[in-house]
Amino acid sequence: MAGPILEMRSITKTFPGVKALSDVNLSVAPAEVHAICGENGAGKSTLMKVLSGVYPHGSYQGEIEFQGEPCEFKDIRASERRGIVIIHQELALVPYLSIAENIFLGNEHAGRGFIDWNRTLTHAQQLLKRVGLDESPHTRVADIGVGKQQLVEIAKALAKEVKLLILDEPTAALNDEDSRKLLDLILELKAQGIACIVISHKLNEIARVADSVTILRDGQTIETIPVEGITEDRIIRGMVGRDLEHRYPERTPEIGEIALAIEDWTVQHPLDHQRKVVDGASVNVRHGEIVGIAGLMGAGRTELAMSVFGRSYGRYTGGRVLLDGKEIRTRTVPEAIGHGIAYVTEDRKQLGLNLMDDISRNISLSALGKVARRGWVNRHEETKVAESFRKSMNIKAPSVFAETGKLSGGNQQKVVLSKWIFTGPEVLILDEPTRGIDIGAKAEIYTVIADLAAQGKAVLVISSELPELLGLCDRIYTMAEGRITGEVDRSEATQESLMRLMTQAADQRHEQV
Amino acid sequence: MAQTTESPQAPVLPKTERASTGALLVRALRGNVRQYGMLVALALIVLLFQFWTDGILLQPLNITNLIQQNGYILILAIGMMIVIIAGHIDLSVGSLAAFVGAASAVMMVKHDMPWPVALVAALLIGGLAGAWQGFWIAYIGIPSFIVTLAGMLLFRGGTQILLQGQSIAPFPTGFQKIGSGFLPQVGPSTNYHNLTLLIGAAVLAIAVLQEVRGRRQAASYGLELLPVGLFAAKLAAITAAVAVFTLLLASYHGVPIVLLILGGLLVGFGYLMRNSILGRHTYAIGGNEAAAKLSGVKSKRVVFLAFVNMGVLAALAGLVFAARLNAGTPELEAIAAAFIGGASATGGVGTVLGAIIGGLVLGVLNNGMSLVGIGTDYQQVIKGLVLLAAVGFDVYNKRKVGS
Repeated sequence: MAGPILEMRSITKTFPGVKALSDVNLSVAPAEVHAICGENGAGKSTLMKVLSGVYPHGSYQGEIEFQGEPCEFKDIRASERRGIVIIHQELALVPYLSIAENIFLGNEHAGRGFIDWNRTLTHAQQLLKRVGLDESPHTRVADIGVGKQQLVEIAKALAKEVKLLILDEPTAALNDEDSRKLLDLILELKAQGIACIVISHKLNEIARVADSVTILRDGQTIETIPVEGITEDRIIRGMVGRDLEHRYPERTPEIGEIALAIEDWTVQHPLDHQRKVVDGASVNVRHGEIVGIAGLMGAGRTELAMSVFGRSYGRYTGGRVLLDGKEIRTRTVPEAIGHGIAYVTEDRKQLGLNLMDDISRNISLSALGKVARRGWVNRHEETKVAESFRKSMNIKAPSVFAETGKLSGGNQQKVVLSKWIFTGPEVLILDEPTRGIDIGAKAEIYTVIADLAAQGKAVLVISSELPELLGLCDRIYTMAEGRITGEVDRSEATQESLMRLMTQAADQRHEQV
Repeated sequence: MAQTTESPQAPVLPKTERASTGALLVRALRGNVRQYGMLVALALIVLLFQFWTDGILLQPLNITNLIQQNGYILILAIGMMIVIIAGHIDLSVGSLAAFVGAASAVMMVKHDMPWPVALVAALLIGGLAGAWQGFWIAYIGIPSFIVTLAGMLLFRGGTQILLQGQSIAPFPTGFQKIGSGFLPQVGPSTNYHNLTLLIGAAVLAIAVLQEVRGRRQAASYGLELLPVGLFAAKLAAITAAVAVFTLLLASYHGVPIVLLILGGLLVGFGYLMRNSILGRHTYAIGGNEAAAKLSGVKSKRVVFLAFVNMGVLAALAGLVFAARLNAGTPELEAIAAAFIGGASATGGVGTVLGAIIGGLVLGVLNNGMSLVGIGTDYQQVIKGLVLLAAVGFDVYNKRKVGS
C-alpha cells in the first residue's frame, strides 16, 4: 500500500475552558512504529482517544483517514472494527476471568449466543503463541504478573485483527526484563505488517523500537522526525521548548534551618511486592524554602508524598522522617497532621473534597477541633472561618454554603488549599497544585504559595510542569522510577537539564555513576 | 415541637451578599429539595386520608395510635439514617430488635429481674451486637450488606432458641407502660391533660428561645440573618404547629411515653449529627471516604460507632415494642423511611429529621390505608411505589440541577 496507513489532519479538541488539542497532525506509515512524545498534559492521550473513538466523531474538529478511507468513529467498537486497537496504561482486563475469556471478551466465538469453547481455546492458544506467552488459556488473569497481562492485552488486540496498535505507556508498570520482551514483540508485530503507535516517556525505548517520533507540546504538533540518527537531547528540546509563560510572584527567600527531612524512604507497590515504587528517596526542605520535585508520570512522586503522609499509599519498607532535626512518627494521617504536615492531593475530586458538601464544611474538616469545644462544632465560628478564607483566597462562589461539587477546578483547588492552611501546618506538600485550572487561578495559587514560604513555612511542590517549578522553587529534585536522580539549585536548573534527569532510565544512571 | 433544632434553617449568609427574601427562601429550599418535598408530601397524604376517613385520621385517639404503632420504625429509622449516611446498610435491625425483646422477656419473666435492670442489660446486649457487626465491617472490611445479612440470620435464630417456640408473658406493668403508657394526669380537673399542656408550653418556649438565641449568636458573628418578617413567620409557624399538636394530644390521654422517647432521640441525634465532630466525620466518610481519610478522619472508628449505636437503638426498639415485633419486616421499613426521608444510596446525605419524616409518611400510609379498609397486600404495593417515586423524583431532580 502506498501512502500512510493513518492520517490525522488538523485535529482540534476543546473541553470547557481548555483547548486540549489545537490543529494537530499525525501521519503513520504502514508497518511503522511511531512514537509520540510530550510532557504530561501535552495532549497525547487526548489525541489517541480521538483516534480510537472514545471521543466520538463530531466532538472534535479535523479529519481522520485510515487506509485511505475517511473515518467517523462513533465509539471504540467502530474503530476496533476497522482494526485500530488501543491498549491503555491501566489495563482493561477482567481479573477473575481466564486468559481465553479475556482475549475474546466482547468478541466471543459463539453460535446463537452460546460460547464455542473449542474454537475459543484453540484460537487463544494460537494467539498466546504469537505473543510468546507460555500460559494456559484457562489461567485466571489475576494470577499472572503485569508483564504477562500486557501480553494478554496484545493477544486480545490480535484477536480483533488489529492493523494499527496503540500502546499508551506500555512499559510504565513493567520491570526491565518484561519491558525488553514487550519491545521485542512490538518489533515482531512490525515485521508481520502491523503498524504501531507508542506513547512513551522513556527515550531510550523510543530510540530502540521507533522509526519516527512526533512531539506534542501544549496540544500542538511540534514536529515529526525520523528516529535514526537523532539524539535524546533533540527530543527533549522539542518537548520542553516553550517560554515561561506564566507570571510568578517576585520573592526574596529567607531560608532557615531544615524543617522536614525524608531519609532513605522506600515503598512497595500495594499489590506487587516485587516492585519498589519509591526506592531509597531522600529529600529535605527548609523553613521559608520552596522545593520542587520534578518527574514524569509514574516516577513515584505522589507515592513518596502520600506514603510519608500517614502511610496513605503502598507498603512502607524503610526510611525515616525528621522534623526540625527530630525523628517523628507519621504512621497515620492524624499523626502527620499533628506534627504540622499538610498534604494537598493532586486529585482534588477523588481525594481532596467531599463534593456533596459545602465549602465551609470542607474547609473545617481537617481541623474541626479548632472550631469546636469538647467535641461540639460551633457553626457560626466555622462559617466565619470559611468566610475569611473565601475572601483571602478569592474563592468565587455565591456563599460558603455552595456545594464544592459545583465549583470550577480552580475554586475547588482553593478550597482544598484553604482546608490545609487552616490546619496551621509548618510543612506543606503540594501535589500538582495547579493541575487542570485556568491561568488566572494559577497565578493566584502561586502567590499563596509564595506567601506561605514568606511566613517561614516549608513548601514542597510536586509538579509535572517544569516552567512552574523553575518559576517557583528555590531548589528542585528530580525523580525517575522511584529514585531521586538529581538535586539542582534554581540558578543552575534549565528545562533541558531537568528533563534529562527525569528521563534517565536505571541502566543509564548506573553507567554514569 | 422538637423539629425546631433540626429544621433546616435558612443558611446564614455573609453580609456582603444581602439577598432578597424570595432569593433567601429559594436558596434555603434548594439544598433540601427531597426533605421539603417529603414534608409537603406528608402534609398532602395526611390531608388526603383525613378527607378519605371522614376525619378519623386526625382524631386524638388515632394520632396516639399512630405514634405508638410506628414508634419502633421511627426509632430504627434514626439509627438506620446514620448508618446510611456513613455509606453502609443494616439488614439485621428487625431481627436484633426481636432478639433483644426476647432476651428481655426471659430476663424479666423467667428470672424475675427488676425491669429497670433488664432494660439496661438489654441495651447493653444491643450495643454488643452492634459492636460485633461493626467490628467485621469497619476493621475487617467485610461489606455491611453481608455482615448484617449474616446478623439477620444469627439474631433470628437466636430469638427462636431463646423462646423455644413459646411466647413469654406477662411483662411487668411498669415495663409495659414504656410502650403503651401515657404521662400521668396531674392538677385540677380540666377538659385537657394538664401535664401535656405544660410540656407543650415548655417545648414551645424552648424552641422559640433557641431560635432567638441562634439569631443573636449569628448576629454577633457578623453573619447575615433571615429578614425579620420571615423570622417572625417562622416563629409563628412553629408556635402554631406545637399548639395544635399539644391540644390534640391533651384532649385524649396526653403524651404517650413513646413520644417523649422519640422526641428525645430526634433532638439528641439531630444535634449530634449536625453539630458534633463525630457527626461531621460521619457525613465526610459517606461523602468521600478516601478524602476523609486523607483529612485525618478515623473512618474505621466512626463506622464502628455507627453500628454500635444502631445496635443500641435496635435494642431500644425491641424493648419498647416487644409485643409488636412478630409481624412484618421492620428493617425494610426503616431503610425505606431513611430513603424516603432524603438519604442517598451512596451515603453522605441525609438528616435525622428526614428519617422521621420518611417514617411518618410510611406510618400515615399504613394507618390511613388500614382505616379505609385497603388490605395489607395492596398496602405493600403502594408503599413500594411511594419509595420508588420518592427516590426517583430526587434522582430526576439532581440530574436536572446537575446538567
